[in-house]
Amino acid sequence: MLLRRLAEAPGVSGDEGEVRAILREEVEGRAEEIFCDAMGNLYARKGKGKKPRVMLVAHMDEVGLIVTGYEKSGLLRIDKVGGIDNRVLISKPVVVGKDRVPGVIGAKAIHLQKPAERKKAIPLENIFVDIGARSQDEAEKMAKPGDYVSFTAKTVDIGDNCLCGKAFDDRAGCAVLVDVLKEDYDLELTAVFTVQEEVGLRGAGVAAYTVQPDLALVVESTSASDVAGTKEQGHVTKLGGGPAITLMDSSYIAPQTMVNFLVKIAEKLAVPYQFRHLATASTDAGRISQSLEGIMTGVISVPCRYIHSPACIISQEDWHNTVRLVKGVLNAIAEGGLPT
Amino acid sequence: MIDLIKKLSEAFGPAGREEETARLIRREVEQYVDETFTDVLGNLYAVRKGAGAKIMVAAHMDEIGVIVTFIEEKGFLRFSNVGGVSPFVLLGQRVVFADGTTGTVAMEKLDDIKKLAFDKMYIDIGASSREEASTRVKVGDMAVYQSQVSEAGNRIIGKAMDDRAGCVILIKALQELKNTNNTVYAVFTTQEEVGLRGARTASYRIDPDVALALDVTLVGDTPEPLYPMDVTLGRGPAIKVKDTSVICHPRLKGALVELAEKNNIPYQLEVLVAGGTDAGSIHLSREGVPSGVISVPCRHIHTPGEMIDLLDLENAVRLLVAFLEEPVDLEKIFPCQAG
Repeated sequence: MLLRRLAEAPGVSGDEGEVRAILREEVEGRAEEIFCDAMGNLYARKGKGKKPRVMLVAHMDEVGLIVTGYEKSGLLRIDKVGGIDNRVLISKPVVVGKDRVPGVIGAKAIHLQKPAERKKAIPLENIFVDIGARSQDEAEKMAKPGDYVSFTAKTVDIGDNCLCGKAFDDRAGCAVLVDVLKEDYDLELTAVFTVQEEVGLRGAGVAAYTVQPDLALVVESTSASDVAGTKEQGHVTKLGGGPAITLMDSSYIAPQTMVNFLVKIAEKLAVPYQFRHLATASTDAGRISQSLEGIMTGVISVPCRYIHSPACIISQEDWHNTVRLVKGVLNAIAEGGLPT
Repeated sequence: MIDLIKKLSEAFGPAGREEETARLIRREVEQYVDETFTDVLGNLYAVRKGAGAKIMVAAHMDEIGVIVTFIEEKGFLRFSNVGGVSPFVLLGQRVVFADGTTGTVAMEKLDDIKKLAFDKMYIDIGASSREEASTRVKVGDMAVYQSQVSEAGNRIIGKAMDDRAGCVILIKALQELKNTNNTVYAVFTTQEEVGLRGARTASYRIDPDVALALDVTLVGDTPEPLYPMDVTLGRGPAIKVKDTSVICHPRLKGALVELAEKNNIPYQLEVLVAGGTDAGSIHLSREGVPSGVISVPCRHIHTPGEMIDLLDLENAVRLLVAFLEEPVDLEKIFPCQAG
């Protein structure tokens, strides 16, 4: 399955090359035109010249770390790329740089921590990547400042038709787009795999400017917080509840016409759906909807537990239903035009 | 003027759901302009065509509010804020949805009021079950303060003066504008309160030679004010020098000051230390747009009891009309822009 391979590939923001290579290979033959821009966004277009012009968007990048320097001991100093909880970092296996040098994110063991230290998350300046080097000299031969550090995790089956792994945010969306491209629609379709979403929706603005679509649909992965310690009203989405439709987040408010349109299609196709019960965080839609003279934009997400960690869980059923909903949207536009 | 303020202040229009306010405004301006239209983000444009400079004037229609994120089994609504809402101001207030459904905002038991936050609060619309609540309100529905306009001498109290006051100025100016050679793009913008969003796409569309935004600003004339502001209610419209989103074009600011003095319009200079306005996104549009702001001094911003002074409003209209009627000599005012 493509999603497994996509999720396992390292692709921290700004270093999406491996993911892009896989996607490029996958969309070959499914689009009439495939190209990249200066930011590294990958475009796959079919039906050029038809109306209306629709853009599907999923981001290739994932959260991770970057090497900033060395300790004399040979440990690597690091900084975060995108939003990761420090508590999630500790003791995770990683790979460093193009050569995938194996390492681990180290920290003081619990019995060496002072009582006060145990009470709070370890600050980033006390978190290092250990690549087994015994000195700075040795480390310098293995990794360079600027090398990206990516979580490493196999995608494995878990529970009833669920997957556990890293980077489903947003490789799940990337895989949806590839699947959607298998079919033809009577409109101009451009699937865009964007870069640098996790560090500020940076690729998406350029993509919107390049494509200038009549409508954009962002396919994302969003938090499912139906887990221990969260009351029902705090559940952003539920695993297995179907694709989530965004109403509002920190950078985007869904137009009522778009929400109604998505709901109508989901109900017509009997695709289970849910609303995303959170009005914060942001996605590429924030940048796209405010591009040019304004672009009608919608967001559909695959629910994901433990997002921004190397052990995320998604439901394959949710993923398949997301594919169905996105195809449904394209068919609805091809038949009945843009939502009004 | 008071009738118009009352109508607009009491209209429903949280960020992203400005349709009702736009409808009311369209009715007021339609007969005074050559065309009106809206765009994808909901911005309302009213255009007076001329052969001279292309001037964009923006006033935002949206107000702060709340959005329903979850309906509890017992019918209580959980919510999130839309724009800069203080939980302390919101507590105990009545809020109203687009269809008139009304609720009151209450809180869970708290051991310390300082811990008050939106996730400890809920809206009670008097429903006794999720089913009953769902017949009136859906997840994603927005609500705004329920607040009727009161007159207090020459001053007006009500919600959403931020920025229906600016909308009123722009409407009045379009109505009073007689002869102008300029092309005036009046834009009633959307989603200012959540990040100056409507103005961003509107300025891209219009590509103006020069732009003005109309908005409210903080005052420093109340007991222990939030910020040390040298702006006083009733002393005239404020010509903005700077806020956290824009440094106004010095020549445009200068031109406004000159106009005010020439026409004996009282004015104040404004340096707003916390807050931004539509000019923040307009001036960075495309290759850059020389932008300025005329502000209405306003007390108690982002509460259901925002207070403005009628005379400030009238003088703001005079200043704006004077500006729009004056030929904009781009070569003189903006030598780098011309040609």
